[in-house]
Amino acid sequence: MSVRRLSADQPDAFAFAEATMQQVSWWLGKYPESRKRSAVIPILWLVQKQEGWVSEPAIRTIAEMLEMPPIRVLEVATFYTMFHLAPVGKHHIQVCGTTPCMLRGSEALIEVCKRRIGRAHAPTPDGKFSWEEMECLGACVNAPVVAIDDYYHEDLTAEDLEARLDALARGESVAPGSARGRQTSAPEGGPAVLIDRALYDGSLGQKLKLPNLPEPAAS
Amino acid sequence: MTKIIVDTVEVDVPPEFTLLQACEAAGAEVPRFCYHERLSIAGNCRMCLVEVKGAPKPVASCAQQVRDQRPGPNGEPPVVITRSPLVQKARQGVMEFLLINHPLDCPICDQGGECDLQDQAMAYGRGGSRFDENKRAVEEKHMGPLVKTAMTRCIQCTRCVRFAQEVAGVAELGATGRGEDMEITTYLEQTLTSELSANVIDLCPVGALTSRPYAFNARPWELRKTETVDVMDAVGANIRIDARADAVLRALPRVHEGVNEEWISDKTRFAVDGLQRQRLDRPYIRENGKLRAATWDEALDRAAAALSADPRRIGLIAGDLACAESMKAARDLFALLGSPNQDCRPDGAKLGGGARQGWLFNATIAGIDQADAILLIGANPRIEAPTLNARIRRAWLRGAAQVAVIGEAADLTYRYAHLGAGPKSLTDLLNGGAFLETLATAARPMIIVGQGALARPDGAQVLRAAGALAALVKAVKPEESWNGFCVLHTTAARVAGLDLGLLPGSGGLDALEMVAAADNGALDALLVLHADEMDLPAAGRGAVIYLGSHGDAGAHRADIILPGAAYTEKDATWVNTEGRVQYGRRAVFPKGEAKEDWAILRALSARLGRPLPYDDLTALRQKMIADHPTFGHVDYAPGAIDADSFDPKALGADGAMSDAQFQSPIANFYLSNPIARASETMAACVRDIAALNASRVAAE
Repeated sequence: MSVRRLSADQPDAFAFAEATMQQVSWWLGKYPESRKRSAVIPILWLVQKQEGWVSEPAIRTIAEMLEMPPIRVLEVATFYTMFHLAPVGKHHIQVCGTTPCMLRGSEALIEVCKRRIGRAHAPTPDGKFSWEEMECLGACVNAPVVAIDDYYHEDLTAEDLEARLDALARGESVAPGSARGRQTSAPEGGPAVLIDRALYDGSLGQKLKLPNLPEPAAS
Repeated sequence: MTKIIVDTVEVDVPPEFTLLQACEAAGAEVPRFCYHERLSIAGNCRMCLVEVKGAPKPVASCAQQVRDQRPGPNGEPPVVITRSPLVQKARQGVMEFLLINHPLDCPICDQGGECDLQDQAMAYGRGGSRFDENKRAVEEKHMGPLVKTAMTRCIQCTRCVRFAQEVAGVAELGATGRGEDMEITTYLEQTLTSELSANVIDLCPVGALTSRPYAFNARPWELRKTETVDVMDAVGANIRIDARADAVLRALPRVHEGVNEEWISDKTRFAVDGLQRQRLDRPYIRENGKLRAATWDEALDRAAAALSADPRRIGLIAGDLACAESMKAARDLFALLGSPNQDCRPDGAKLGGGARQGWLFNATIAGIDQADAILLIGANPRIEAPTLNARIRRAWLRGAAQVAVIGEAADLTYRYAHLGAGPKSLTDLLNGGAFLETLATAARPMIIVGQGALARPDGAQVLRAAGALAALVKAVKPEESWNGFCVLHTTAARVAGLDLGLLPGSGGLDALEMVAAADNGALDALLVLHADEMDLPAAGRGAVIYLGSHGDAGAHRADIILPGAAYTEKDATWVNTEGRVQYGRRAVFPKGEAKEDWAILRALSARLGRPLPYDDLTALRQKMIADHPTFGHVDYAPGAIDADSFDPKALGADGAMSDAQFQSPIANFYLSNPIARASETMAACVRDIAALNASRVAAE
């Protein structure tokens, strides 16, 4: 993690799109009028969804909307690393670099990003890609993990990531999930333990006499 | 009350006390950085760790209450240990962590010698550091012309953030980023706009926020410290003047729970550089339209000649920075000369005469904490008395007080009901309304009348209406020792002048009439004490004898200038808006040939052949106390004393009120008196904040 600053290049103004505004109203409806600043994180997130990043005019607009000092919004925006304070590419790639992913080969993925996209936090000239290294994404069991936009791509090798980048560059969509076909975090090639069907049909169950059960009705 | 054992001492403290307060009550010292008794509890510096018997690890004593502690197995009081090896090791550990990123630049740091971190590192820290990595460095942040930053030194205690949010009421400071990268900053490094902003300098336990005007000027141990009172507003904040040689280098707050707690306004703190500039350091005489330097003999002879005219054709005006002693001497001199033309209200405020409660802040400043409904009439306390405004804000913030305003709809740092801008709204309120109900049902209502409502031609009528309102809602409750009728003054001299009865005698002219009379040729000479906020007669119309400290409006017009002493240069008595008599003390000598004001008047009286009956300050004060016994009660606010004989309805005069809106007499907080106008720091504030406001307007 490094010092987070607002981008030097800022747009002149920010305006909520109509679709965003609808969602904003929904969030505002969740909180009492006097506590509406509680909606600051969801609204920052919606702004990021709309613009791709959180700009300074957006921070001011949110502050006015929620009747809170702009510095308080800035505090939140700089605290959470998932809020981008500078423009990102159309596809933003977040590579987990924390220990489990690193042990499983995230350094190779970072190499791919550096080679194909360039410096971290710097979008490609065509605006298609940007990348950054993240702290633990919380999916260590599928390490190494890369978040492309909103979805996790797991069990990646360098080639897998390259393939995904190629597909995205062609404008195709890529399927999230394990690159090796694992079902969520289940063992590769299907379950390896607890596979005896008898475990599940009740045949191994011990008959219990529960105390204080009502007497079965005489039949 | 709850019993708790601190080390070996058993103390009985209120259950809501924190462990830290309990430790202090028991006499045990607990180091701290983030904890401050007037701010909310953050608990993030971890320096106040203590051992609690039964707790698995050290606890932050600032953030745990006594009532939450578990008693011993046989019901013994809980035990807190502040001196065990565990505590010592914990403190050493915390201190080592704090010092990881704190630079070792004490020799070039302005906080050196008065630094909490320095002191506590000496007392509780390890001998050395085991940290071999790179230290963090943080860019400086711009916070305006008053606060200088060295953010690498910051230990993220967040005292400044909490102060800005809670006390100053201007949430401009914040902590961005997180963890090691957490930084204190203002939004986009804008200038702080609070009138109390520089208090963060005192709050900062390290050298991260220091005084910009005082930067690299002196070390604390070089300074001569004088405890005195402030004259920038009528609150009479208790301050300490730090001086070296003949220069006042800085002003710092002293704690006075009844007046300023421990805050002072930026003007109080930083206008002191104006004491070195624009000074009148020798007498001057106007000849052929130009002022020329003169000797004391010449100037006094000339002044005596001017004042020897027909006593009905001379006048005395005491201005905003005149001390009680000089006003007493001038008043006695005019009494000896037999002139009724004297006034201490150059702003034309319709106050004075009658019972003292008629011009005092009767609820007392500390009384604001008990108020549950506050009405401000023609007062903008944020610029007229910032520390007092912080108290109103606190009462509002606690939810204890509802506030309403008749006057300018200014940002006061708290929400209020705006009932209107002029006297008409006051009349409407008298005839009913929601806030009248609030005031009438309040247990401790306060009606604060500002100079914006009184210093105007219909001031007496407004005063009567305000008094009628106070009577209507029973703001004066002698049986409960409460007098909620309050006059908020804006100048340090006014209450003393009114207490001394420095008002027109029978057939005498008031200040504005005197100026008009001089303009019409009906007045030959005018003695003016420290009055710069009024229009003096046009050039050539009557001889103006100006006694003051700064070359400002008064001196600009004067025909004879008698250089006097500023508030840091004389032992003087000041009376604040609640009637509290306080002594100011001399920190440095008057500049050049300037003399103490009362001594100049004494010399002048001798030239006039009517010597004043006192030869030293003690004799003058004795005479003053004998003539005006209230001056004998030092540091005492009368409050509700004699409230049973006080009838607010009788104040002022009957008549019609105009429709003109109330307007604060202080147009610019940073430039409200000659000392502030001479100050470069105040000029920088005006520049920066004007630029900020201009950019805000442009943005809108």
